[in-house]
Amino acid sequence: MKTDSPFREIDPQSDHVLVRFEEEDLMLPLGENLAGALLVAGVMPFRHTPVSGAPRGPFCMMGACYDCLVLIDGMTVQACMLQVAEGMKVGMPSADRVHDV
Amino acid sequence: MYNVDLIIIGAGPAGMSAARRAAELGISVLILDEQPVAGGQIYRNVDRASAVRSDILGKEYTHGLALTKGLHHDNITLLKGAVVWQIEEGTRVAFTQNGTGALAVGKRILLATGALERPMPLSGWTLPGVMTAGAAQILLKQSGIACQGAVLVGSGPLLYLIATQMVRAGVPPLALIETQTTRDLLRSMRHLGGALRGWPYLVKGLRMLWELRRAGIPRHVGATGITIEGDQAAQAISFYIGKSAHRIECDTVLLHHGVIPNTQAARSIDIPHLWDAAQNCFVPECDAWGRSAVATVFIAGDGAGIGGAKAAAFAGEIAALEIAHDLEGISRPDRDAAARKLRKHLAIECAARPFIDAAYPPYAGAIAPQDATIICRCEEVTAGDIRRFAGLGCLGPNQAKAFGRSGMGPCQGRYCGLSVSQILATANNISLDDTGYYRIRPPLKPVTMGELAAMAASEINEVKE
Ligand SMILES: Cc1cc2nc3c(=O)[nH]c(=O)nc-3n(C[C@H](O)[C@@H](O)[C@H](O)COP(=O)(O)OP(=O)(O)OC[C@H]3O[C@@H](n4cnc5c(N)ncnc54)[C@H](O)[C@@H]3O)c2cc1C
Ligand code: FES
Repeated sequence: MKTDSPFREIDPQSDHVLVRFEEEDLMLPLGENLAGALLVAGVMPFRHTPVSGAPRGPFCMMGACYDCLVLIDGMTVQACMLQVAEGMKVGMPSADRVHDV
Repeated sequence: MYNVDLIIIGAGPAGMSAARRAAELGISVLILDEQPVAGGQIYRNVDRASAVRSDILGKEYTHGLALTKGLHHDNITLLKGAVVWQIEEGTRVAFTQNGTGALAVGKRILLATGALERPMPLSGWTLPGVMTAGAAQILLKQSGIACQGAVLVGSGPLLYLIATQMVRAGVPPLALIETQTTRDLLRSMRHLGGALRGWPYLVKGLRMLWELRRAGIPRHVGATGITIEGDQAAQAISFYIGKSAHRIECDTVLLHHGVIPNTQAARSIDIPHLWDAAQNCFVPECDAWGRSAVATVFIAGDGAGIGGAKAAAFAGEIAALEIAHDLEGISRPDRDAAARKLRKHLAIECAARPFIDAAYPPYAGAIAPQDATIICRCEEVTAGDIRRFAGLGCLGPNQAKAFGRSGMGPCQGRYCGLSVSQILATANNISLDDTGYYRIRPPLKPVTMGELAAMAASEINEVKE
């Protein structure tokens, strides 16, 4: 799941915290946009689609496409609309349909 | 619960300048934006990023500082991270902030929700590693994250802007694959006379091209047959220039062929929209003040038709004048005098648009994609599926939902709606106005039971108090 990332921080931040993505421990910049921080850490894909199981990652970074969905505290949420917090546990949403209320 | 004169949805240039103008006229304003900081798309994160990255992002960007500063006014309440998901009766707005639902009531509502990048369905555009060019720019503005070895694909001034910003950030793109043709340029020439009134934009365009040339970025102009290759992620992009085939290996592909109004909020309250043939998109019907068919709801900025950031700011102020007039904050002669000046500026801002729109039309191969290309990213419905539905008698996008779930995923058609309308219109040979668009129903963004429960609890407490 971890790859050599083409993304990098221009002026790296010093304050990093432990975040778990699936089975992997990552040190991510505190308060940084979660999708961005995961991209820099080489996480890809973020999820697999419920229809065909195809891999997906962030596409719009502005909360519109829902391709960056991840699982946090049992809820599917947009990684591009969240900030990195200490001890976050992030998973891939299960391949079941994403239920909207 | 919030109770104000004016609720503004969106803290981009349109929303911010409207808020300031209204506040100065004694109007109480609540401004909501789902992003963690004010600024909108162009000035995203401007308060923080202009200090450290102004040399990369440019003067046009730091210009936004004046607007965010303008929000510091006693009559303005700014709520950040507030996602609006429902508008009711033209006066009530439901939103979620920090996991809790909340309600706001306003005498008037201004929709300043801006634009989205035009969907660019190409073979392979759903692969990891393929993003919009705007997404790469957001990473740069918001997080100082730069993307190495990317290929930019599409057309338009924003594509050049992002390319130059990447050059300045020390991560020059491998290449630009541009879809506009010499024929488009020739056709745009008849608008050149009008465009000269907006000459600073033309100069800026030429300067960007010069900067890309100096940086040695290869530009492949007039590309067709663009395909992104890869199995689990993007690996290469292939295309034709005339008859000659090209292929570039890359793991990041950034797509962009213009922006279109984000009409979700307006459509959710049944504001009528019309097809704009010059801009190739639907625009909401509004009067010269931005007032919609729902008399208490106004629309300003790129959400009302693409004009760019400065035009958005002027339109926001014009709407604020009329709203203040409605609420007796300004006399009719004063309103008209102020508006006259703003409209003059607005006209100059928009002067170069017809030229830009004609010179950089959307990529034909993404307007009429190949059958196998996915259109609806959420439900993985292809262009061929949509054409098949048309063959079975499907006339409009809402019927297409029933035929094959297109537009029914979490993005609610934001990245397939326009494509589905255009493919159906072509297949059925009926106009885009008659084909129409998805009917948008609230919630505009998914809401969880927890958020609703928290909202119910707080509203009940309020009634008790
Ligand atoms: C990704 C992207 C990048 C762009 N970059 C540039 C650029 O660098 N230079 C340039 O000249 N133009 C750029 N543009 C064009 C852009 O449309 C500008 O012209 C300008 O930002 C438009 O101003 P606006 O006020 O109309 O909307 P915006 O600036 O887009 O502001 C709209 C705001 O509304 C908010 N919003 C939308 N829906 C909701 C909701 N449901 N709830 C709460 N808040 C909501 C958004 O978060 C956003 O902050 C960009 C467009 C996009 C889509
Ligand atoms: S990347 Fe599009 S919603 Fe997050």
